[in-house]
Amino acid sequence: MPKVVFITLGGAERIVDAHLGESVMSAAVRHGIPGIIGECGGNCSCATCHVYVADESIDEVGPVGDMEDDLLDLGVADRRESSRLACQIAMSDALDGLVVQVPQEQG
Amino acid sequence: MTGAGMTGTLVVGASQAGVQLAVSLRDCGDTDPITLIGDEPHVPYQRPPLSKAYLHGTTDLEQMMLRAPDYLVDRDITLITGDRVDRIARTAHGTGGEAVTASGLRLPFDRLALTVGARPRRLRVPGADLAGVRYLRTADDASMLRDLQAGASAIVVVGGGFIGLEAAAVARAQGKSVTVVEAGDRLIGRAVAPVMSEFYLAAHRRRGVDVRLGAQVVAMEARDSRVAAVVLSDGTRIAADLVIVGIGVEPCTELAEQLGLDVSGGIVVDEMARTSLAGVVAAGDCTVQPHPLGGEGLVRLESVQNAVSQAKVAAATLAGRDQPNVAVPWFWSDQYDLKLQIAGLSQGYDHWVVRGDVAAEAFSVLYYRGGELLAVDAVNAGADYMAVRKALTQGGTISPGAAGDGATPLRERIVPTAIGA
Repeated sequence: MPKVVFITLGGAERIVDAHLGESVMSAAVRHGIPGIIGECGGNCSCATCHVYVADESIDEVGPVGDMEDDLLDLGVADRRESSRLACQIAMSDALDGLVVQVPQEQG
Repeated sequence: MTGAGMTGTLVVGASQAGVQLAVSLRDCGDTDPITLIGDEPHVPYQRPPLSKAYLHGTTDLEQMMLRAPDYLVDRDITLITGDRVDRIARTAHGTGGEAVTASGLRLPFDRLALTVGARPRRLRVPGADLAGVRYLRTADDASMLRDLQAGASAIVVVGGGFIGLEAAAVARAQGKSVTVVEAGDRLIGRAVAPVMSEFYLAAHRRRGVDVRLGAQVVAMEARDSRVAAVVLSDGTRIAADLVIVGIGVEPCTELAEQLGLDVSGGIVVDEMARTSLAGVVAAGDCTVQPHPLGGEGLVRLESVQNAVSQAKVAAATLAGRDQPNVAVPWFWSDQYDLKLQIAGLSQGYDHWVVRGDVAAEAFSVLYYRGGELLAVDAVNAGADYMAVRKALTQGGTISPGAAGDGATPLRERIVPTAIGA
């Protein structure tokens, strides 16, 4: 099982197991990572699973999709280059150890 | 005598609203026991994929869990699955009571939350109970349907609402022959405007679905005690080896009625998710509530968004905080490669503006009443959806003229609502 490392609001690290193909959002919600809500269940509709992807993983996770881009633009408080919606990142063995940071506020 | 807080809160119904309510109550700092009970044999899961990816076989229940079981244990939330609360009564004095389950379990409570959801409305025609006539609400329903669908070739969907059309889309994607039978004169008639209904009619027909509008099912015919055909009121017979019925849901109000709560097309709650009885809250599909954006009358919102928002409000109420439910409703539906996103409530509109390219299947419809922006339905137009959602959340608006100007992104046209406008 690939692991995802969440840097939570207080700066603490939480490492969780994700299933192959599971989204980073789903893994976060199942394990109750504070600050990741995922209200729409991963349908790219709510923008409540905003994360910042660590620099070293940016290329690995691939480009932002069109719909995701729109949601990030309008739906998140502090968009950066590294902003992604966690529901749009599917976990693979190649992404094992992915580090993402949870932003200050969501949705 | 049991002291206040010793028996804690009982949450009846362990789906989206129930799980959220239990978790939010802990987030509010409540330290009393919380018991969450659901009648399905599964760990609480997300329902929306049941008529989409799960039905299609591209996801499984494990990936649809709302919270990992450990998470609930860590939060000291007791989860009971596969047992149903049959009877519920208040104690003669005080605000507590006791629930009794089908298996005979007795669950005393100080405070009660009803998040009991809704059940599919049943088709009442001769033959409706034949093998091969199925409904879609639970994971078990969807699993059964998925298996039946694999061996079916001619599928009839009764009901042209969201569930029916999503199921039809999945069946078409699997190469089945699909007929949708809708009693009304247009698709999704309860939820969207005629312009959207027409679009979905054309979109499904383009993809090979036979859609019959104004078609009343009067009977199911059998062959070898399985369904073989759907019969319409005009005598038309449509061959079918699987029938999926999606004609809406009925809120589960039996427990509310046992308690003597106000019930009117759902459990009546106020903007704080309070029922008519002190100490009892309700949230999700089972409720009717004041229009969250200040419109008239009581509304019943069947959506994940409402289940989550209202559950948070209900938890806050139980924790002694006033936090009215004023969240902007939103909703989505996936059919084929068409992603419909809705923000706001369009009911009562007197004007609409179409924006984008309907033929290219990327457009949105903005709804107005007296010039006031009410809602958007956006098909493959996420930016429009998000802009309207943002405007409504901020109490702003987008003028009809701006909405019709396809050259400028909507987000650049959001303006504060003029005072008194």
